[in-house]
Amino acid sequence: MTLELGIFYFLAAFTVWAAAVVVLGKNIVRAAVALIFSFCGMAALYVLLEAEFLAAVQVLIYVGGITILLLFAIMLTSRIGARTVRVINDQAFLSGLAALGLLAGLIYASLSGIAAMAGPPRLPETSPFLGRALLTTYALPFEVVSVLLLAALVGAIILARKE
Amino acid sequence: MTTFASLVERFYALTANWGLPWIVPTLVVMTIVAAVILGYIAVACMFLVWWERKISAHIQVRFGPMRVGGWHGWAQSIADGVKLLLKEDVIPAGADKVVFVLAPMVVFAASVAAYVAIPWAPGLIVRDLNIGILYMISISSLVVVGIIMAGWSSNNKYSVLGAMRSAAQAVSYEVPLVLSLLGPVMLAGTMRMGKLVEAQSGVWFGLLPKWFVFPQIVAFLVYFTCSLAECNRLPFDIPEAESELVAGFHVEYSGMRFAIFFLAEYANMFVVAAIATTLFLGGWKGPWVALPGLPAEVAHGLFGLFWFLVKCYFLIFVMMWLRWTLARLRVDQLMDFAWKVLLPIAFANLILTGLVLVLGKQVLLYVLGVALLLLIAVALTARGVRQGSAHVAGKAVRAQKA
Repeated sequence: MTLELGIFYFLAAFTVWAAAVVVLGKNIVRAAVALIFSFCGMAALYVLLEAEFLAAVQVLIYVGGITILLLFAIMLTSRIGARTVRVINDQAFLSGLAALGLLAGLIYASLSGIAAMAGPPRLPETSPFLGRALLTTYALPFEVVSVLLLAALVGAIILARKE
Repeated sequence: MTTFASLVERFYALTANWGLPWIVPTLVVMTIVAAVILGYIAVACMFLVWWERKISAHIQVRFGPMRVGGWHGWAQSIADGVKLLLKEDVIPAGADKVVFVLAPMVVFAASVAAYVAIPWAPGLIVRDLNIGILYMISISSLVVVGIIMAGWSSNNKYSVLGAMRSAAQAVSYEVPLVLSLLGPVMLAGTMRMGKLVEAQSGVWFGLLPKWFVFPQIVAFLVYFTCSLAECNRLPFDIPEAESELVAGFHVEYSGMRFAIFFLAEYANMFVVAAIATTLFLGGWKGPWVALPGLPAEVAHGLFGLFWFLVKCYFLIFVMMWLRWTLARLRVDQLMDFAWKVLLPIAFANLILTGLVLVLGKQVLLYVLGVALLLLIAVALTARGVRQGSAHVAGKAVRAQKA
């Protein structure tokens, strides 16, 4: 076993453990804190895949932005931090089925070798390539996603404003 | 210092000759580098605390610490550090213990991790990442996570309020901060810290160094303002406003855990000053001469380190100076300033920089654009201040009538 493989298994175990705490934790703030660790584990996995730009953006957006807003929302919701939340609801069976199906699909894909699973071309620096791709080939999808996010933002404001 | 890199290489070659697996020398080098950085942070933090107390005292026509250690109380911080080390470790009974213990570690780790990409001198950088500046920003954004953890886990209303204010402030000010840093990155065409410094070599008109602070003065001012907010320093210190929140998120912390928060705050100040120095003030660039008895490379490196530290500490001095000069902003003023002044200015600067880069060197157009942006910024800020004082005056009038 090479060192890189060992690091991968350690990071994967850490990420999965943190994700399990998010899903199974009874205390909602602790779940949010565990979510941060899970995101950081994901970022480390990106670094291992030589996608440093993605890793930095993962930390900047998900940890520095989204999770903080999440914690903010939790703290603004009165008394939610003190209460313990229900972990399992009546859709547990359905979601378990979906997860198993996904697992089966992933195992099949990695065993049979689908074309989309092939390794990407090696790039010396990913960030200039990413920037160029987003502004040329993928300009339209990029803009569509931006408009979608803007719509979500406006919708959230309309929902939050009662008057 | 290219000698630094070659020293490490020689060490690797030596251990390879001994037949050790490569992981051993790598771990040794990592441990040494981490120890040096931690040692630097500890010493620099003690100095900065003493310096800040001295500056605040002299601004307020006092002397500040004068007794411990003899000369102008230089050993005051050491005495305080020993005192904090010896204090009892108190964890409140109602606190969430795991998160409470974890919070100072998260804050400190996030501050220290940013030191990896600081270019101290030519060639003297722990790792010149290709996403250098992005890495530093994203890793320092973790500090806020630790602050929220601390505030919530203390189970204290003041701490929670401080943590929430801190979160709102950090999320708002991070946006113009990142946008302002894009200006120099666009000019240099790279995010690598070493290349960002290299892009600023040379002089204009045989006199003015080609630092990015001159073409990007708007971005520099926006960055510096936002970095004050990121460090929770006055005039943006409402997360720990003493007169309202006792001490904000770290009310319940004492002894060594409090000291770690304190250490992280000063470590973070140095990080934002280092980013400003690297991106706007030419990093380690500065005049240097060959020293007798030393190779030219070593002399260059030593001078580089000297200039880098001088620029960083000058910026830190300005931060301290502002702290004892300006009053604290109100929450609404704080949000207004970030979203209605800094953000539009940062966007306009970005567009102007892009235009100039595409259209070629239209110096006159550029100078006019920058001047216009500065004027708009001043006008917007002045309007905000006027509205703020009108708001306060209106409140006072209403209070008198009632």
